[in-house]
Amino acid sequence: MADPIIQMKEIQKHFGSVIALAGVSVDVFPGECHCLLGDNGAGKSTFIKTMSGVHKPTSGEIVFEGQPLDFADPRDAIAAGIATVHQHLAMIPLMSVSRNFFMGNEPVRKIAGLSFFDHDYANRVTMEEMRNMGINLRGPDQAVGTLSGGERQTVAIARAVHFGAKVLILDEPTSALGVRQTANVLATIDKVRKQGIAVVFITHNVRHAMAVGDRFTVLNRGQTLGTAVRGEITPEELQDMMAGGQEMVQLEGSLGGTV
Amino acid sequence: MADTTDERIKEISPLRRALIRPELGGMVGTVAVFTLFALFAFDSGMFNSQGVMNWSIVSAQFMIIAVGACLLMIAGEFDLSVGSMIGFAGMMIAVFGVVLAWPMWIAILITFVICCALGALNGWIVVRTGLPSFIVTLAFLFILRGFTIYIPQTVERKTIIGGIRDAAEGDWLAPIFGGKIGQPIFQWLGDMGVIGVFERGTRAGQPVVDGIPMLIVWAIALIIFGHILLTRTRFGNWIFAAGGDAEAARNSGVPVNKVKILMFMFTAFCATVFAVCQVMEFGSAGADRGLLKEFEAIIAVVIGGALLTGGYGSVIGAALGALIFGVVQQGLFFAGVESSLFRVFLGVILLFAVILNTYIRRIITGER
Repeated sequence: MADPIIQMKEIQKHFGSVIALAGVSVDVFPGECHCLLGDNGAGKSTFIKTMSGVHKPTSGEIVFEGQPLDFADPRDAIAAGIATVHQHLAMIPLMSVSRNFFMGNEPVRKIAGLSFFDHDYANRVTMEEMRNMGINLRGPDQAVGTLSGGERQTVAIARAVHFGAKVLILDEPTSALGVRQTANVLATIDKVRKQGIAVVFITHNVRHAMAVGDRFTVLNRGQTLGTAVRGEITPEELQDMMAGGQEMVQLEGSLGGTV
Repeated sequence: MADTTDERIKEISPLRRALIRPELGGMVGTVAVFTLFALFAFDSGMFNSQGVMNWSIVSAQFMIIAVGACLLMIAGEFDLSVGSMIGFAGMMIAVFGVVLAWPMWIAILITFVICCALGALNGWIVVRTGLPSFIVTLAFLFILRGFTIYIPQTVERKTIIGGIRDAAEGDWLAPIFGGKIGQPIFQWLGDMGVIGVFERGTRAGQPVVDGIPMLIVWAIALIIFGHILLTRTRFGNWIFAAGGDAEAARNSGVPVNKVKILMFMFTAFCATVFAVCQVMEFGSAGADRGLLKEFEAIIAVVIGGALLTGGYGSVIGAALGALIFGVVQQGLFFAGVESSLFRVFLGVILLFAVILNTYIRRIITGER
């Protein structure tokens, strides 16, 4: 495989007296889906926020395309090609799909020296991109509020890819979705990966991770419990690592192995 | 359109499609109001040239402040200090132009700078503290009104400062707010007998309506500016985004704080335009000017289809809301109806508008 597109080296992040990340190292290659697993409070959110420029690491180094990085704010990260699709906060329900798609990146057309929003271009591109992702819109002016949760995630992913994301961070994109919608989002992730984009897929659902992941890193209490390659690890082992072993075994026993 | 259609998406009827346009309520209301007054008050003089000018001026006043309030509400904020700002701006012009006897154009420009800065301060406090704009601007409602009463009492020992028309005599900037345009056209219309002319007196032969006040020109210009800004520019998209979901907008790189502060400044600008036109027309500034205007602006915007929660609305709708407002207020007078009933009407139509808007919101977002 080629060089990693982004390397997180020994990242530590402290909030006052709380150590949220105690030296986490992860590297992500272009065209792979790297799953980041962990239970609530494991430090997943803090870690991806560090990666996307929201937090500055207390110590440690981020290397992006071979260069050490120092993001001042998330806009720097977006400009560099690191896009984050947030679980809830990605789309504005009252606005049309095309207005959402180009939010913050509005195409403009000059008329008499003044810049105007190029609605024709925005509508055309939105319809094309949505069709490529397998979503049939009634029209580009359809409000995002009428889309299902899975479709919204797909629009957000398509948007990030359209605007040149090299690293796509997906923060629990499937956690609130039904079976069918989850399958659609996972299929979208697969399409994106095949375009050579590095996908960082955050989840606490082992089955979703196993469906599309190439490599798996498990976080627990602010530390990595190692990275495994697809085929070298079973879902059960991943599940155990996430929960921290023992207690889970007891729990599973009492639940008859259904978790 | 897509090659294949999803069998679960129902074709929406044209009626439903029209229903989700924010202007719809305003359009229906405008037609209804004009029909009503044409039926019951046609002979009252409401629709002759003087009558039309009468309610047009009142509507234009509402429109000027409604445009500012509309864009701010779509950006997700309120400004309750609009009325106090109108009083304050008028008083500033009187203090600078009459008491200090500065040239009127300097007085007007400085007033605009001060008021826009106050708008920016409003916005800055709101985005910095994260407090509801309702509370922050409520504080400014009292602060500005207090100064508007205190300043003239301290410097002139009265609450109304006159002499503005004399001070503005020969000024180049003042006529842009207090002047009229189109006099030759109206003279011609008078000569042709289309509009009435004075029968006797010193102005015999002159038309009863001798031009369009700049107030109306400002209203139309602000509506066109606001509508194009909102629907045809990238900044307009940011306004919708900031009000729709500030956090999602920030995640997409929209400078939400800047948008909100600029909209507070624009609202203050509109209030100042209103104030300057008013003091030029009256020739005086009073401490009680602009009372309750903030609520009238918000009501016009809501009648025009904007959501109180932000992220949705239309400048054209707000302008129609202001038109309904002005026509009904003056129309009841022409029709000889007790004027206190206007408030009853206002309350009722506000309630209807809010209920309708909530329903429309459900249709757009597909909530059930």
